[in-house]
Amino acid sequence: MAITYDSAIKQPSLKQDGSVPVVAVESVHKTFGTHRVLNGISLSVSPGETLAVLGRSGTGKSVLLRLIIGLVDPDSGSVRIQGQDIAGLALDQLGEIRKTMGFLFQHAALYDSLTVAENVAFPLTHHRREMSKSERDDWVGQLLAEVGLERGDLEKMPSDISGGMQKRVGLARALALEPNILLLDEPTAGLDPISSGEINELILKLQRERQMASIVVTHDLHSARTIADRLALLSEGSVAIEGTFKDLQRSDLGFVKKFLELS
Amino acid sequence: MNDPGFTAVANIRLLPGRPNGFMSVVRSSVISRFNEFFEWFGTLGIFSWRVIKAAVTPPYEWRELIRQLDEVGSKSLPLVALAGSAIGVVISLEARYSLSRFGAKSMFPATLVYSVVQVMGPVITGLVVSGRVGAGIGAELASMKVTEQIDAIEASAVNPYRFLAATRILACILMLPLLTLAADACGLLTGWFAQAMVEPLSFHQFIESGFSGATFNAFLPPTFKTTVYGLIIGLIACFEGMRTSGGAAGVGRAATNSVVLASLFLILADVVLVKFILVFFP
Repeated sequence: MAITYDSAIKQPSLKQDGSVPVVAVESVHKTFGTHRVLNGISLSVSPGETLAVLGRSGTGKSVLLRLIIGLVDPDSGSVRIQGQDIAGLALDQLGEIRKTMGFLFQHAALYDSLTVAENVAFPLTHHRREMSKSERDDWVGQLLAEVGLERGDLEKMPSDISGGMQKRVGLARALALEPNILLLDEPTAGLDPISSGEINELILKLQRERQMASIVVTHDLHSARTIADRLALLSEGSVAIEGTFKDLQRSDLGFVKKFLELS
Repeated sequence: MNDPGFTAVANIRLLPGRPNGFMSVVRSSVISRFNEFFEWFGTLGIFSWRVIKAAVTPPYEWRELIRQLDEVGSKSLPLVALAGSAIGVVISLEARYSLSRFGAKSMFPATLVYSVVQVMGPVITGLVVSGRVGAGIGAELASMKVTEQIDAIEASAVNPYRFLAATRILACILMLPLLTLAADACGLLTGWFAQAMVEPLSFHQFIESGFSGATFNAFLPPTFKTTVYGLIIGLIACFEGMRTSGGAAGVGRAATNSVVLASLFLILADVVLVKFILVFFP
């Protein structure tokens, strides 16, 4: 069933199926200077569910992800991760919550002074200090194999690999601590159709195997249809409509029809 | 800037009935410069507090600290040694000429030793390291900022103030005295050599004469004041790098600002430190 929001409607604390959301954004406002990016946005994600957040460029999709990971604080409203409001938490307290989350940045954001293997091992060297070097190397090798990279790629530098491979390395790094929540910012941006398809298949495979709650920000409708259980379309800083792809197709909203038509 | 009283003052007309556009522009420009000046210090203060808090709470980033000690220390050594050597020759040539005029050639060893160790060695080391390390740190962190690598570090639940800033600042603090000693040694060696090329003077005689009557107060405080230089260089470079915005232009600005501001504050700090040393280590 499609849910259409206006700014007066508050997201219910429980999902309609009775589950407690692992991510709950409630009436969040965010302004940068004089530019209001998010205008009372509310959404939530259940365990094991994938939500795709769509919208035009500049509608606050990436800002929404940065709010959820705590890189940006909301001006008002709340962001709850597994029931805990993260706004205003100290950096080290927020760090404990971030260990349960993985984030794939739009351009992968690999550390360019480290090799591919060192990039993936970065969270492990800081948060799994009890692991021996050989255990860590094995785990890194498994993660890279899981995302379709070979052992020969381990010692390469980020500048020596393609954009698609960088995304895979970024994804492996995001999965290093076995997160419950995965945030993906435009995972197929800048990739050719074949590479985009491979990334979509990879995300689907990981979701099936790991049952993480995922939020995927994208303007690629095909990608969203492939990997998401639900789609949320943003407009003017809030959710215009939320539901399955069929729900969006049935919508009478002009903006939604235009978005689907031109995608 | 949101204070209504401030706005009212800024909008006062100088002459009734006449437009004061030029004065208004000048006034708002001066006021905004003042605001930027104090805002910079305020933001630096907040940044410093976060770094201190991160530096004194575990888990400590020993591996990264060791890596930075190598980056700041061993990789700056050749440049610092060369700079120290050049300064030694320059002081030797100048001192010989000046002392000869006053018939005080016998004072040459002590003059060279005190000039290098107390003044030129620390300052030249600080300025050279400010240029090499300050620009390097500023550019590296700025580049990481604009490519979201610092955000990625934070998203990986690693404190960037601890991992990036505290390690670099501590490396600068620890390495500056050692680099200064290296610069001093090279300066004294080349200074002696430059003198010995003109007039025979054994190295043993030079050292004995130059260090005769030397005390703790003459040498160690000037060397250890460079820990303050290291703090200034590391803090300003990390601050400028981690607050960058604006892509490649921002990276360039961060590198330039790191060097310029670190060098400026280093020289100003030297004025205070010299007075401090003269008072507390007479």
